[in-house]
Amino acid sequence: MRKFPYAIWNPEMETMDPDTRKSLQLYRLKDLVSYVYENVPFYTRKFNEMKIMPGDIRRIEDIQNLPFTTKTDLRDNYPYGLFAVPLEKIVRIHASSGTTGKPTVVGYTREDIDIWSEVMARSLTASGATQHSIVQNAYGYGLFTGGLGIHYGAEKIGASVIPISGGNTARQILILEDFGSDILTCTPSYTLYLAEELEKKGVDRKKLKLRYGVFGAEPWSEAMRKEIEKRLPIKALNIYGLSEIIGPGVANECLEQNGLHIFDDHFYPEIVDPDSGLPLKPGQKGELVITTLTKKGIPLIRYRTRDLTSFVPGECPCGRTQPRIDRIMGRSDDMLIIRGINVFPSQIEEVLVKIEEVSPHYQLIVEREHNLDVLTVMVEVNQNVFSDEIKGLETSEKKIQEEIENVLGISVRVKLVEPRTVERSEGKAKRIVDKRRI
Amino acid sequence: MVKQVSIFLENRAGRLYEVSSLMAKNNLNIRALSIADTSDFGILRLIMNDPDKTIEVLKKENYTVSATDVLAIEVDDKPGGLAKILGIFNENRINIEYMYAFLGKLPNRAIMIFRFDNNKLVLEKLSNKDVKFIEAKDLYNL
Repeated sequence: MRKFPYAIWNPEMETMDPDTRKSLQLYRLKDLVSYVYENVPFYTRKFNEMKIMPGDIRRIEDIQNLPFTTKTDLRDNYPYGLFAVPLEKIVRIHASSGTTGKPTVVGYTREDIDIWSEVMARSLTASGATQHSIVQNAYGYGLFTGGLGIHYGAEKIGASVIPISGGNTARQILILEDFGSDILTCTPSYTLYLAEELEKKGVDRKKLKLRYGVFGAEPWSEAMRKEIEKRLPIKALNIYGLSEIIGPGVANECLEQNGLHIFDDHFYPEIVDPDSGLPLKPGQKGELVITTLTKKGIPLIRYRTRDLTSFVPGECPCGRTQPRIDRIMGRSDDMLIIRGINVFPSQIEEVLVKIEEVSPHYQLIVEREHNLDVLTVMVEVNQNVFSDEIKGLETSEKKIQEEIENVLGISVRVKLVEPRTVERSEGKAKRIVDKRRI
Repeated sequence: MVKQVSIFLENRAGRLYEVSSLMAKNNLNIRALSIADTSDFGILRLIMNDPDKTIEVLKKENYTVSATDVLAIEVDDKPGGLAKILGIFNENRINIEYMYAFLGKLPNRAIMIFRFDNNKLVLEKLSNKDVKFIEAKDLYNL
């Protein structure tokens, strides 16, 4: 047996020589293409239109002839239209924000849950977790995939999971101090907030058992990593995922902290030019596109993640042979991630057009206060229905706030502004002002 | 009934100055004013010598403006003057939305501007009471 510098959950798959993996990928891709052609009418139609037959896949590179799948396709087939199996085979349903009021829905078969647990076990092992670990899982449990994704992976490796879920900082601190958690899983911004609260409370961070953090669900930077590692006695690792593909566990850093290994025996990655859709060379920044090679519930061909990254060239000293992607450097659409939750400006617009007291001219201001994201929605009052009473305006403000919070699932601030104060550039409004320094 | 001009203003430095300059430039005279505010925004309420022109000028500059009917009432300019009138409102179960003082005044009399949720009803209820309303046209030129 080869020796590796760090523990690897599944050495057979994770250190497989690239040629063997390529054959495996091709074999799985052929299966996938026949599977979706037979089971998902959306793909049957699309392949027929493009005159593609499952037998046309002969080399892995042939994937480039297949059509892309987008979030819009998921919305158009809401809620279950892209499922490849009847609901009796689905054992779990998760959802994330859609670009409009309707969420993006994904379903998992029992096999899918097993795959998810497997890739999460790889991710956590790559982040330093073992069966002796105590994992304080502060990702939200619920429709959001973060909580349950980490949970199943941690159980698979035999660690002890504390399913504390997000928020309730006082309790997070109590458990950190008393339960001996050595692995913390949450968003990086919440980690910094937690560090700040620990400092305020005068907790001696050296006495904590914490050693590793698995952070994701929002973009973060090397500067934030340094900050976290300075303020907490941990190594901070980057995890990547999205519910459409499976949830967290699509890719994860190893302890080398130099790029995220993407588990490409399950998720075949491409990086393309976001405008032309053409493939880019290693090192070139573009949009990550993923094909779910093994998923059964809602298999996706060439899903446009809208996340911008590049392949990290070279071999990783950890011994894993999976390709690495750089940390996510932005989005090719206007999606915002606020406290780990995806927010599309169009969701907010949809709420505003239904409220008579304001015009659908708005601006989103995102700031970070005490390491927590704050979203302020500036809305122009409607000249035609302006009430001269403070309480009338405050009632509309409250109403807008409640309706937006209902749709987004996160708290927002609403601020009424005068007409024509929202910046307009060349006729098109500048909708987002992101003041966070990440 | 008196026509009040209400303007939505963000709490932003210089905003009030801009409105008053605009009035000056158009030779419009502010007869009374009040500001109601929250932490985010305020409403400037004005009694002008020419409310219709004021609204036209403000709209042209894209201000959010509305005309609101208010009542102007004469009050004795001496201790207890305001209390007396509020006492009458109280006896007649009349609720005040807001009120403020008029800048100019008559000899020994002050003028108060009142906004009720139902001005007409107030006028009816108080028609034979000892309350002196001031006509709009008289007030604008006072």
